[in-house]
Amino acid sequence: MDDLLSEFLTETNENLSVLDVELVRLEQNPNNPELLSNIFRLVHTIKGTCGFLGLPRLEKVAHASENVLGKFRDGELTINPEAVSLILQALDTIKSLLAVLEATEAEPPGDDLPLIERLNLCAEGKLGGPAPAAAAPPPPPPPTAPAVAASEARPVTLDELEALWNSTPGPNDTPAAAAAPAASAAPSTAVATRAPEPAEEPAPSHDLVVPDPEPAAAKMPAPVAPMASGSASGNGGADAGAEAATKESAVAAQTIRVNVDLLENLMTMVSELVLTRNQLLQILRSQKESEFAAPLQRLNHVTSELQEGVMKTRMQPIGNAWAKLPRLVRDLAHELNKKIDLQMLGADTELDRQVLELIKDPLTHMVRNSADHGLEIPAERLKSGKSETGRITLNAYHEGGHIIIEIQDDGKGLAIDKIKQKAIQNGMASEGELASMTDQQIIQFIMKPGFSTAAKVTNVSGRGVGMDVVKTNIEKIGGTIEIKSAQGKGSTFVIKIPLTLAIVSALIVECAGERFAIPQISVVELVRAAADSEHTIERLKGTPVLRLRNRLLPLVSLQQLLRLDDSEDAKKPADEIFIVVTQVGTYTFGIMVDRVFDTEEIVVKPVAPILRHIEMFSGNTILGDGSVIMILDPNGIASATGEMAMGEAAGKETTAVQTQRQEDKMALLLFRAGQGAPKAVPLSLVARLEDVDLATVELSNGLPVVQYRGKLMPLVPIDPNFVVANEGRQPVLVFADGDRSMGLIVDEIVDIVEEKLNVQLAAERPGLMGSAIIAGKATEVIDAGFFLTQAYKDWFGSSTQEGFEEEKLQRVLLVDDSPFFRNLLTPLLSVAGYDVTAVENAGDALALCEAGEDFDVIVSDIEMPGMSGFDFAEAVRHGSRWQGVPMVALSSHASARDLDRGRIAGFNDYVAKFDRDALLFALQQTLTEQKGAA
Amino acid sequence: MSNAKLPSTVRKSKGDDLVVSGNQDYVTMTIADQMFGIPVLQVQDVLGHQRITRIPLAPPEVAGSLNLRGRIVTAIDVRLRLGLTGRPKDKPGMSIVVDLRGELYSLMVDSVGEVLSLTKEDFERNPATLDPRWREVSTGIYRLNGQLMVVLDVPRLLNFTTIETA
Repeated sequence: MDDLLSEFLTETNENLSVLDVELVRLEQNPNNPELLSNIFRLVHTIKGTCGFLGLPRLEKVAHASENVLGKFRDGELTINPEAVSLILQALDTIKSLLAVLEATEAEPPGDDLPLIERLNLCAEGKLGGPAPAAAAPPPPPPPTAPAVAASEARPVTLDELEALWNSTPGPNDTPAAAAAPAASAAPSTAVATRAPEPAEEPAPSHDLVVPDPEPAAAKMPAPVAPMASGSASGNGGADAGAEAATKESAVAAQTIRVNVDLLENLMTMVSELVLTRNQLLQILRSQKESEFAAPLQRLNHVTSELQEGVMKTRMQPIGNAWAKLPRLVRDLAHELNKKIDLQMLGADTELDRQVLELIKDPLTHMVRNSADHGLEIPAERLKSGKSETGRITLNAYHEGGHIIIEIQDDGKGLAIDKIKQKAIQNGMASEGELASMTDQQIIQFIMKPGFSTAAKVTNVSGRGVGMDVVKTNIEKIGGTIEIKSAQGKGSTFVIKIPLTLAIVSALIVECAGERFAIPQISVVELVRAAADSEHTIERLKGTPVLRLRNRLLPLVSLQQLLRLDDSEDAKKPADEIFIVVTQVGTYTFGIMVDRVFDTEEIVVKPVAPILRHIEMFSGNTILGDGSVIMILDPNGIASATGEMAMGEAAGKETTAVQTQRQEDKMALLLFRAGQGAPKAVPLSLVARLEDVDLATVELSNGLPVVQYRGKLMPLVPIDPNFVVANEGRQPVLVFADGDRSMGLIVDEIVDIVEEKLNVQLAAERPGLMGSAIIAGKATEVIDAGFFLTQAYKDWFGSSTQEGFEEEKLQRVLLVDDSPFFRNLLTPLLSVAGYDVTAVENAGDALALCEAGEDFDVIVSDIEMPGMSGFDFAEAVRHGSRWQGVPMVALSSHASARDLDRGRIAGFNDYVAKFDRDALLFALQQTLTEQKGAA
Repeated sequence: MSNAKLPSTVRKSKGDDLVVSGNQDYVTMTIADQMFGIPVLQVQDVLGHQRITRIPLAPPEVAGSLNLRGRIVTAIDVRLRLGLTGRPKDKPGMSIVVDLRGELYSLMVDSVGEVLSLTKEDFERNPATLDPRWREVSTGIYRLNGQLMVVLDVPRLLNFTTIETA
């Protein structure tokens, strides 16, 4: 039977039993508002659930009863025995309907119009004398006979039972009625069993149904349901019932309701038992021959089985968390005009109730996201060659003591560009940072607080609270989330969560004499790093990293992170270090530890409240040897180390704001190459940062080249004496122009900084523009143009020839006081096919004018010593020979006011200083306009 | 948990009239030659020297955690909490285990003395001139023969949020 339905039956039957009792009490105390509202609430609940499950016949009856009760409650009707019996009658009808429902899993056909009519009459206050017999609803067909016949049981007639029931002291105020796992085979036989624990008021959220192997929920025909209400207090009826129960236990009491607290207690005790068992085993290991060995072995097995058994009582199929999704998706599909097919695989995968509760909301949220953001509208899908109906697949399965839940859609995938844009917009990262990030890293941004790519906030999602909450929730239960996305093909979210929160397997490590546990779920592998092994730890400005299968793995020193001081100060740096490769989501990093022990099953206990603020620990536990040990939280460590990165990003944000105010700041890429000081190049010139596998480097014409995006890319070392190694990887700065690109080989990329660039010392060596102080250090600023010509002798020339063969070269006059910009822009504009003449100030420019030089366009800086750009433009416009030459202003001030001012002064266009593309575009625009006008 | 392994003297005096009006029983202890007292009903256990696991990044007053019959107990160095210097290494010290809202804490002191039944007449509020740190964690002073006993308020002693500001 459908779990939802069987749960509904159990719950409703319980509620009905309570109602029976309460209604009788109400009849006796008609003025008890509390009682009345409780009854009203119960009927309302029944009505609500019936409606939810799509049981219209039940719903109608319940609705009509609710109406009457509502009148009672509001004082519009007085409570009289007739009305109460009418309601009881309605309840009986509900019970008989339920019985059929239970047997056939469908409502019996037909309706209960006479009853409903009478209820409505009653609600209108028009109900007179007692109900005519004819008005009673025809009893629905009896449920199909259950498998176990009651033939052996002493036949108990209904009347007998009824009589016994009446003679039993009424269950008055015993809320034990809630514990009603009563069952009966056929209407002629009644069985009453008593729940082992008298449960309190039914509070579904705290109760847990423990399904037996066959969840063929209790059979409970209407007339005997009251039997269930705890009348086992030793009289004939109960005896008969108990007798019958033993004979029919195969069907009876398939499920019992147990308070969750009881199960929690059991779990805790079993956890303790596991710990004690571990301790005993540890002791046993140290003793060679022991007579305890055999019994302990047995204890070991029993404990394991007990642990498993108790865990199972807490297990629920994940389908429970999914139950509401089909409806949700259907509604969403309507609302969004999409066609969505929801597939759910592995719904019977079981996991801990506690975990289940915690992932319910995140799952719902993610499915909603997939439907809203992931899947396209049908038209769009057809256009991209997909079927009209989008598919969302939920898949759950066990893997190595964890549960994996995948949420997959075949929609458009995550829009990397949009995420980038959004990240910049929200100041989460600078363009430079994004440039060096992999798509995978960029995707991670959607997990950051305050992020939403939905263009507009829809009813469904896009409020910017979401994925970060999902992530937090999943991490709270020790799980991880991973995102895979393929443009146009869809995205997959993979959630990995522990089976249970109570007992986890953990790796025990040692650092600076202290032991710690790392949950196994996050541990990917262990690497031993020593001088004699193939793995050695390298350092980047003190930051340890490890080369692991051609990847750089960031390392975290546990000792530094936890500020552990070595007990023996003199201890030399360990010549052997173990690295626990840890994965949190898609972020993989290594934790450096001194020693690694084996894995142990540990019981996670929360840390004392005064220590909760330390996010490096997820709890503590007692090991087999009795010592207390802290459990490290990989998520905490990741965010602690990642937080530094985030702090950096925050810092960047403020600098970014400052850039707008303060001129001449620009993003510079810092790197090391060859001898001497660190080197820098404006980030805007660099197209990409790549990590080239040197094994793929070939020689062409004596120069190293590499196949890059289907083309040959020449590699140029900064240091002419640099010999390209045969293997390993080498960072490369890629400069691109049109379809040509060139790689500048560097040793190491250090950082990206926003700095005011002030070239102080002119360079004497070719390839260098000069030296400047960047990030507090003397840094050599390289002349990118020099290296471009090294790669292609004709870099500047050739494009000229190709692009402008027929035309005269466009002549550009560049006026800028900063030698750096002149040096920067000259090659840039040359590459773009312009003939550039650069002058230092407006005076020199005007001198050229007088000397009879002609230009097609003038590009001028605004802030210049002496004559400013505005003055210069005015001077040009007013009566000079260059009156008609278009002018483009170049400035770091690009506010609307500046634009206006520039236009008034006579500039045709206004471009932000560091925007290379915008400048080229503006030049092209201006020149075409000019031509068109001419 | 309540069948604490108290010294025999404790057991004896425990039988004494606990409920006599005005009389309060205190477990006494010494820290840096000063006598302190904790109401006996708040005390769960008295321990000798224990192996303690250090907790990195924890406040300095938190000495670590230890295993008390399967329960994890957070050890507090009362000396540091009271703004005194740490215990010399050669003195093993003792601990009093107290319960605060279901969590066990082990208060590390120099030594634990006997249980005293004291009358209200000998009780006095903290002198206004007392070290603020002490005043914060103490409810008052008992005048005993030859010495003074500071009554420690366990919840306040374990309230670490005030430390940072102090």
